[in-house]
Amino acid sequence: MAVVIDSRTRLIVQGITGYQGQFHAQAMREFGTEVVAGTSPGKGGQTVHDIPVFETVREAVAETHANTSCIFVPAPFCSDAALEAIDAGLKTIVIITEHLPVHDAIHVVSVARARRITVIGPNCPGVAAPGRAKVGILPSKIFKEGDVGVVSKSGTLTYEIVNAISESGHGQSTCVGIGGDRVSGTDFIDILDLFERDKQTKKIALVGEIGGTAEEEAAAHIRTSIKKPVVAYIAGRTAPPGKRMGHAGAIIARGRGTAESKIKALEEAGVKVARLPTDVPSLLNEV
Amino acid sequence: MKLFEYRAKAVLMKHGIPVPEGFVVTSADQIRRISGPSMVKAQVLIGGRGKAGGIKPADNVEEAKKAAGAIIGMNIKGYIAKEALIERRLEVAKELYLGITIDRSHRCLLLMASPDGGMDIESVPEERILMLPIDPLIGFQPFMSRRVVAFMGLPKEQQPECSRICERLVQLAIQEDAELAEINPLVVTKDGKLVAGDAKVTIDSDALFRHPELEKFEEDLTPLEAKAKRLDIAFVQLDGNIGVIANGAGLTMATLDSINTFGGKAGVFLDLGGTDDPEKVKRAMILMKEANPKVVLLNIFGGITKCDTVAKGVLEAIDEEKIKTPIVARIKGVNEEVAREMLKNAGMIPASGLSEAAELASKESLR
Repeated sequence: MAVVIDSRTRLIVQGITGYQGQFHAQAMREFGTEVVAGTSPGKGGQTVHDIPVFETVREAVAETHANTSCIFVPAPFCSDAALEAIDAGLKTIVIITEHLPVHDAIHVVSVARARRITVIGPNCPGVAAPGRAKVGILPSKIFKEGDVGVVSKSGTLTYEIVNAISESGHGQSTCVGIGGDRVSGTDFIDILDLFERDKQTKKIALVGEIGGTAEEEAAAHIRTSIKKPVVAYIAGRTAPPGKRMGHAGAIIARGRGTAESKIKALEEAGVKVARLPTDVPSLLNEV
Repeated sequence: MKLFEYRAKAVLMKHGIPVPEGFVVTSADQIRRISGPSMVKAQVLIGGRGKAGGIKPADNVEEAKKAAGAIIGMNIKGYIAKEALIERRLEVAKELYLGITIDRSHRCLLLMASPDGGMDIESVPEERILMLPIDPLIGFQPFMSRRVVAFMGLPKEQQPECSRICERLVQLAIQEDAELAEINPLVVTKDGKLVAGDAKVTIDSDALFRHPELEKFEEDLTPLEAKAKRLDIAFVQLDGNIGVIANGAGLTMATLDSINTFGGKAGVFLDLGGTDDPEKVKRAMILMKEANPKVVLLNIFGGITKCDTVAKGVLEAIDEEKIKTPIVARIKGVNEEVAREMLKNAGMIPASGLSEAAELASKESLR
């Protein structure tokens, strides 16, 4: 089993003719994902690595029975692309695009959640289920099939931690990058619940960062509803207040969103919190 | 992007929210006449200017000139006031608070209202603030403004105007892509009118493509931070002496934290983001040189960013700018072997993992 995606995933790549779209369509296919179609307005009828390109998501779905989309289109056109995917009936949408305006994110996410459609992102690396499928830009080589569910707000830091987990002999059931923006389609709690129900997942690694209160909310949820052991790492212990640390959401605003507050909340919920990202695997051995 | 008060008030006015009559000057001699008792207000992007002497009353032109002369050029918590806003003084009966921000937990806009305006909303007790998440599928509705006016305790004759201002403020936030739109205080004047006494508006910088007229406005950044912004590099100056270059926000933060664990202190946070352009890497290195750290720690986990691209940019910068700063390099991911080969002869200190790199850089910085 895996969460969010699995071997039944039939993927459309929106924005497949761009540099990133082309590169990652191929990388996802090599990982084992059924990439059945791409879209790119004005380029319908072309192919990218033999994958047919359609004008619209609706046509692509009608022709290929796709159920999932991965969006690479630039930020100004991203909300249109996501709403098109929702309108065409796709059930899972992974938005890689960064710098999506927050009001666009609010709109897309509210429509999706009302229709019980899973949106991962925006500004996320995507989802990888080793041995099954990958939807996103995570580097394939670092993964190893196993029983650790990874959920993270970050991109490259996730790779660092996944790599450390794989090198230590553990592996991943699914790794979900939920993104570091202020408004995301899916939060820690949604994914924790999926991991709790997933038979393959035995342990959970949560990677958070400064800003907002998602980690504190996750801690409260772990305390009441998650029985599987959780370990965590929180980035930004040494970040100064008031400065945006790369991610739109990574900011300590008016004393809120500090790493200390998150670490404290998680530890109080029984979560072991690593001091260094590379300490995550040894904590997984302890739980 | 934070707007100066006078620009924020222009946005309020555009959306039909009353603001005091006023004008902006960049020097005292631009003041020819004032319309009655006024306030002269320093235009800076930081709170607490009143206490710092950045707001002065003036009853005639001479007083206004004197106040503006004192205010323009004033250093308020490190921010220099380049402009002063001269505004008709309000006859205050009551001060309220009204603000819109992003509710991250509910993934929507949040309207905040309080009968205790005029002070920092952070110092208002929670039970005196109404927090109203606005579900975007419901939108801002009359039942919501009824809750606001009731909470504010306004008399009947002021309620319709307050409701109208709430509606307009929500509309402003959406149409102008504001992540913060705050009226504090929302003044109830002695003759019963509602007027925005002060205003803060922050536009989502990711939405500037929809507001091209705003791009030329300045922001509260250090000169190097402003330069980095033009290069689309996330760059924050800190108070240590290790310059950290990494790719991705989380990884860069984790690198900072790891340095701290080994006794070092970061002086620069530089997140390259996902790039496959050696020119951008080169510019980042040059920017780092200008920040003058004692040691540079390069930590790359390549994916979209390929390791050899980074190596190429770094080598070019070292070569062209004659960079002598010791560089600890940890490079992992796509094309790492090629990158390592390229960097081998450039005198860098190689590290194989994040912890090792953080330890080496910390040692070097304490030398």
